[in-house]
Amino acid sequence: MKTFITLFLEFFKVGLFSVGGGLATIPFLRELAEKYPWFSVSELSDMIAVSESTPGPIGVNMATYSGYSAGLGEGGILYGILGGIVATLGIICPAIIVICILSRFLEKFKANKYVEYAFYGIRPAVSGLIAGAMASVFILSVFKLSETGKIAGLNIPTAICFAVLTVICAKFKKLHPVIIIAIGALAGIILGL
Amino acid sequence: MKIYLDLFRAFFRIGALTFGGGYAMLPMFKKELVEKNGWCTEEDILDYYAIAQCTPGVIAVNTASFVGYRQKGVPGAIVSTLGVVAPSILIITVIAAFIRGFAHNIYVQHALAGIRVAVCALVAVTIYGLLKKNVKDLLTALLALGAFAFTFFLGLSPIIAVFVAAAAGIAASVIKAKKNATGEGEKK
Repeated sequence: MKTFITLFLEFFKVGLFSVGGGLATIPFLRELAEKYPWFSVSELSDMIAVSESTPGPIGVNMATYSGYSAGLGEGGILYGILGGIVATLGIICPAIIVICILSRFLEKFKANKYVEYAFYGIRPAVSGLIAGAMASVFILSVFKLSETGKIAGLNIPTAICFAVLTVICAKFKKLHPVIIIAIGALAGIILGL
Repeated sequence: MKIYLDLFRAFFRIGALTFGGGYAMLPMFKKELVEKNGWCTEEDILDYYAIAQCTPGVIAVNTASFVGYRQKGVPGAIVSTLGVVAPSILIITVIAAFIRGFAHNIYVQHALAGIRVAVCALVAVTIYGLLKKNVKDLLTALLALGAFAFTFFLGLSPIIAVFVAAAAGIAASVIKAKKNATGEGEKK
């Protein structure tokens, strides 16, 4: 029971502080991965993959997935399902509250220059936060790690895969993420990554 | 009562049929809300989107709350938001259970290792785009770099970074506005 309350509160916080779309939840989820035994940092990239290649808003998908993982650790699939629901409700609650209040002053909020000023600072910072959170996922995926978690060398086939996929992503912006993810999965099986 | 059912249904469809969130959802919002139900105009949706982006939370959820609230107040907001997240809960739970169940299979492990690399590539390109769009001058560059160091090296909570960045943005803009004002005064 306590886990579910913690889960709700943690995702309430994620919903309240992640500004600017689905990927903005990544830094918060990485923090959760370190703080709780719910999921690991490397599972975080599985979550991103699933969230990007299934319908629905990415942030919500990430919450459901994390909640499922957290609940599953508590005791089986039923707890997992409950965890997914609890985390999702947690992440949407702040939005409902904030928006219901804001709807009354819609025009004023839109024209407020301080809101605009704040976002002039928040937007680059959020970009940096996402980069910082992904750097740890990147190290786990592309480098060989020693027992103590220090970088022991480059995993060459993985690094080549990363380079090729990045070029494909950058060249063909219209390509759906599902296709990149499918190529990655195939490469993983063929090369035995 | 019917309006609640309609709201739920429309947002359920939006949640179930759009991939990727954010701007990828815009055409679907237009189709369901403007063309099918006439709950708002196209300009309304763009307004909601603009605000959804500068309010906390997932953009699609914020937009759903907005439209629902405009139709039927707080209960409308709740019904619409539940509609947009319901498909995610169903779909993701099934997939998460599947991945967890097959995680020990060697092929699934190789596939997941490849998928992780693909995700890194996808997000790297997205981050590059975000930085290009949002880093405009020295201050924004410092904020992006600072936020990176903040999570990566120090492992501190992103919440603090968001607050500091907001304060820095306001302070810098106010100073800039004052400078411009005095600059114009001197010219006269």
